[in-house]
Amino acid sequence: MYEHDVIVVGGGGAGLRAAIAAQEEGADVAIVTKLHPVRSHTGAAEGGINAALREGDDWELHAYDTMKGSDYLGDAPAIETLAQDAPEEVFQIEHWGMPFSREEDGRVSQRPFGGLSFPRTTYAGAETGHHLLHTMYEQVVKRGIQVYDEWYVMDLAVTDEETPEDRSCHGIVAYDVQSGEIAGFKANDGVILATGGPGQAFDHTTNAVACTGDGYAMAYRAGVPMEDMEFVQFHPTTLPSTGVLISEGVRGEGGILYNADGERFMFEHGYANNDGELASRDVVSRAELTEVNAGRGFEDEYVMLDMRHLGEERIVDRLENILHLAEDFEGVDGLKEPMPVKPGQHYEMGGIETDENGHTCIDGLYAAGETACVSVHGANRLGGNALPELIVFGARAGTHAAGGDLGEAQIETGERGDIEYDDTELPYQPGEVGMDTGGVAADGGAVAADADAVVEREVEAQRERVATLMERDEGVQHSQIRADLQKTMTKNVNVFREEEGLKQALRDIREIREAYQDVYVDDPSRTFNTDLQQTIETRNLIDVAETITLGALVRTEFRGAHWRAEHQERKDDEWLKHTLVGWNDGDPTIFYRPTILEGENKTYEPKERSY
Amino acid sequence: MSTQVPESETETETEAEPAGESHQERRMAEKAAKREYRDAEKKAEAELRAAEESVHLKVFRYDPEVEDKQEPRFDDFYVPYTKGMTVLDALMYARDHYDSSLTFRHSCRQAVCGSDAMFVNGRQRLCCKTQLSEMAEPVRIEPLPHQDVVKDLVVDMEHFYDQMHAVEPYFQSEDVPKEEQRQSRENREKIKMSTRCIWCGACMSSCNIAAGDNEYLGPAAINKAYRFYMDEREDEEELKEHRLRILEQEHGVWRCQTQFSCTEVCPKDIPLTEHIQELKREAVKNNLKFW
Repeated sequence: MYEHDVIVVGGGGAGLRAAIAAQEEGADVAIVTKLHPVRSHTGAAEGGINAALREGDDWELHAYDTMKGSDYLGDAPAIETLAQDAPEEVFQIEHWGMPFSREEDGRVSQRPFGGLSFPRTTYAGAETGHHLLHTMYEQVVKRGIQVYDEWYVMDLAVTDEETPEDRSCHGIVAYDVQSGEIAGFKANDGVILATGGPGQAFDHTTNAVACTGDGYAMAYRAGVPMEDMEFVQFHPTTLPSTGVLISEGVRGEGGILYNADGERFMFEHGYANNDGELASRDVVSRAELTEVNAGRGFEDEYVMLDMRHLGEERIVDRLENILHLAEDFEGVDGLKEPMPVKPGQHYEMGGIETDENGHTCIDGLYAAGETACVSVHGANRLGGNALPELIVFGARAGTHAAGGDLGEAQIETGERGDIEYDDTELPYQPGEVGMDTGGVAADGGAVAADADAVVEREVEAQRERVATLMERDEGVQHSQIRADLQKTMTKNVNVFREEEGLKQALRDIREIREAYQDVYVDDPSRTFNTDLQQTIETRNLIDVAETITLGALVRTEFRGAHWRAEHQERKDDEWLKHTLVGWNDGDPTIFYRPTILEGENKTYEPKERSY
Repeated sequence: MSTQVPESETETETEAEPAGESHQERRMAEKAAKREYRDAEKKAEAELRAAEESVHLKVFRYDPEVEDKQEPRFDDFYVPYTKGMTVLDALMYARDHYDSSLTFRHSCRQAVCGSDAMFVNGRQRLCCKTQLSEMAEPVRIEPLPHQDVVKDLVVDMEHFYDQMHAVEPYFQSEDVPKEEQRQSRENREKIKMSTRCIWCGACMSSCNIAAGDNEYLGPAAINKAYRFYMDEREDEEELKEHRLRILEQEHGVWRCQTQFSCTEVCPKDIPLTEHIQELKREAVKNNLKFW
C-alpha cells in the first residue's frame, strides 16, 4: 500500500494546482493520473483566463458578469471567490513562467470574450491551456511532487456509514496501466478529485477521449450528490468532422458567423442584437442550430465562421493555432476561407457538489476543476471562466485538504440544510442493476474501523471486479456499449431537449446498464490493457449520463444551456435552485437546494439575460 | 464540402411562389428533398466503400505476456475509408471493430496532448493529424523507434521524461507576485516556438545521436532549456550560467550534429536544430569550457 498525506487524482490544471498548494501547506502530496500530466485535457483549452487586472475593471464586475452568465444559478460565495482570487492566481502563474501574449508595454494582454463587460480574458495565443498546463507541471517538477503517471484510479476507499455525510474517504484504489498491478493508496489528510469532464458521454465533443467522467462516477457512487448535471455546455464553434474546438477567441477578435444565405444571422435574425457573435455560448449554439433546422445551414449541418477580414498579421499573432487546426482537421485555410462550425459538447457545468473550499459532504474528499460543481458556472459558463476556476479552486482544495485555514464555507453540501425532494415520476428505475455495483464501498455494511482496513477492503473489491471482467470469454464489448450511450445522449439530451426524448434516453440508459452486465474484456494481457481500462471508464460514463438525463427531465424550465421544448421560460419562482442527484446506494434520489444570491456586499437580483 | 463564401444574395429562385406556400415551407421542402438525395448518395457511397474503398493498415504487434504475440509481428487491418479520416481514426476503428487488444496511446485527437506519436510509413508522426489520404498503402504503423516497446504501439517514455526533467525546466525564482513581470513582445516572439513542445517524443526518436548515446539530453530537452534560457523574465547572470553548464556538459548541446531530423519530424514545427545551434553559440560566447 502506498501512503501520502494528500492524494490528487488527475494531472490536469486543477490537479497540478491543488498539488502545488497542498505541498506549500507542508503536506506530502502525490498525483495519480491515468495519463501523464502533460497529456491532460487542460492542454486543449484555447481561449483564455478571465481575471480583473486592470484599471476600469474590478472583481465585482467579473462576479456580476459571471452571475448574469450563469442565469442566476451560480452561488454568490463561489462566484465572488472566483473573481477575487483570479488576479492573484494569474500573476502567480505569470511568475511561474506562463508565456502570456503581451501588450506594447510588456504587460499581459487581455481580450473581449462573450458575456464580459470588460475585455478581461488574458491569453497565450490560442493555446492558453497548453501553456497553463505545462507551466504548472514545471512547478510540480521543481517541487519534486511525486507523480504516479499512467495509474488508472478505479474507485475511492470510503467508510460505509448509512448516510454519506457521516462517511470518510481514506484513499483510492488504482492500477498501474503498464503492469496491471492493483494497489491501494492511503491518504492521511484527503483525496482531491480533479479528473476533468465527461464529454465522452456524447459523440460530438471537444473533449479528449480520456474525458470519461471517472471522478464524477466515483464520488457519486461513494455518496456525494451530483449537482446541476443537466447544464451541459455546447460550444458553438467546433469543427464538424471531429469536434475539434475553434476558440471563442476568434469571435473575440472580431470573427463573424454567417449562414448559407450569407446572412450574419446573429444580428439579421435577431438572436443577439447587441452582442451578436459575442453573446454567450448557449445563445449562439441555439442560434446556429435554429438556422440549420430552418434550412439555412450548409449541408444541413453547419454554419460558417469567417476571420479573414482580421488580416493575416493579427490572425497569426493571436490565433495562429486556429489556422493549424482548421488546416489539419478540416482541410481549410483560415486565411483564405471561412471555417465550417457547429455546436459540440464542450463542458459540464454541473459536477461533484462541493463548497467553496472544494470540500464535498464526505470527510476528506475534495473535488476541483470541471469535475466539481462549486457552482460558479450555474446554468451557463462564460468563456474564459474555466481556467481561473481550475487554478482558484484547485489551489483552495489543495490548501484545505492539507489543513490550511480558509475560513468557514458558506455553501452547504450533502443531504442536509435547506433542501426539498423531487417527486417527478420517472419512466424507468434509474441506478444500479443486478450485482455489479462497480465495487462501490458505500454499501451500508459494517463500518470498517481503521483507514488501512478501508483501503484494503476496497483493493480486494477491485481485484475481484477485474478478475470477473478478465475471466469472461464472451458477452458485449465496451465499444458497443459506449457507442449506444453516445448515440442516445446526442439524440435526446443535446442542445434542444424534449420530454419524450429525455424519457427515451432514460429507458435507453437502463438497457445499456443491463447490457453492461454482460460486458467482457477480450484482451487477456495485464500489460497496458486499454480494453480493461475503457471497460471500466464506460461504466463511469453510464452513471454520469444518467445523472445528466435525470436532471434534464426534472428541470421543467428554460435556463442557460438547458432548453426544454415544453417549457420555454425561465421560472424563477420555482427553479432558482440546484438539482442534486444522490446515488443512494444504487437507488438515486433527486433533491434541490436554493441558489445563494447573497454576496459579500450585495444581493444579485435575477434579471433578464439579454445580449 | 463547399467552403465558398456565399454571395450575399443567394435567392436565385426566380419562379413565382405558389399561392399559399410560404418561403419557409418551400425551403423546408427543398431541404427534405436535398436530404433525401444526399442520403441516397451516402448510401451509395457506403456501398462503394464496402466494395473497394478500404484502407490497408499493417500494424506492429507485440505483447510480452501473450504467447502468440511475444514474437513481434505485423497484423493486417482493412478499415473502411471516410473522407478526412486520420491514421488515429483508422487505428481506433480497427480496435473497436476488429481487435480490442490493439493497444496505442491517444487522448485529445487534436494534436496537443502529444500521446499518439508513432512511426507511420517510415516517419515519426502524430497519428491524429496525419490524414490517411496522404499515406501510401499499405499504411505501415510502428511504435516510435529507439524506444523500448511496452506493447503493440506503446513505447516506454520514462527516459524521455527523465531527459526533460534533467534541464531543470522551471523558473527558479521564489518571489511572491504583486503584479505581472514585464516581457517584451519581441522576447515572447523569440521563445514562442520553443514553448509549443507537446512532449510527444518524435524528435528524440528521430535523432541518430540520441539513438547511439542514451545520455544525450536530446532535442526536446534542449529546446525546453532554450525556452528558459532565452526568456528575459529570468535574467540573472548566475542562473543563465547555471543553465549553460547543464547544456554544455558532455552529453549536452555539443553532441548535436545538425542532421535536422528532429526539426523535420516535429509536429509543432519547432526549429529544434536552430535552437540547439543558438545555445551552442551562447556557450561559446560565455567562454565556458568545452568538455
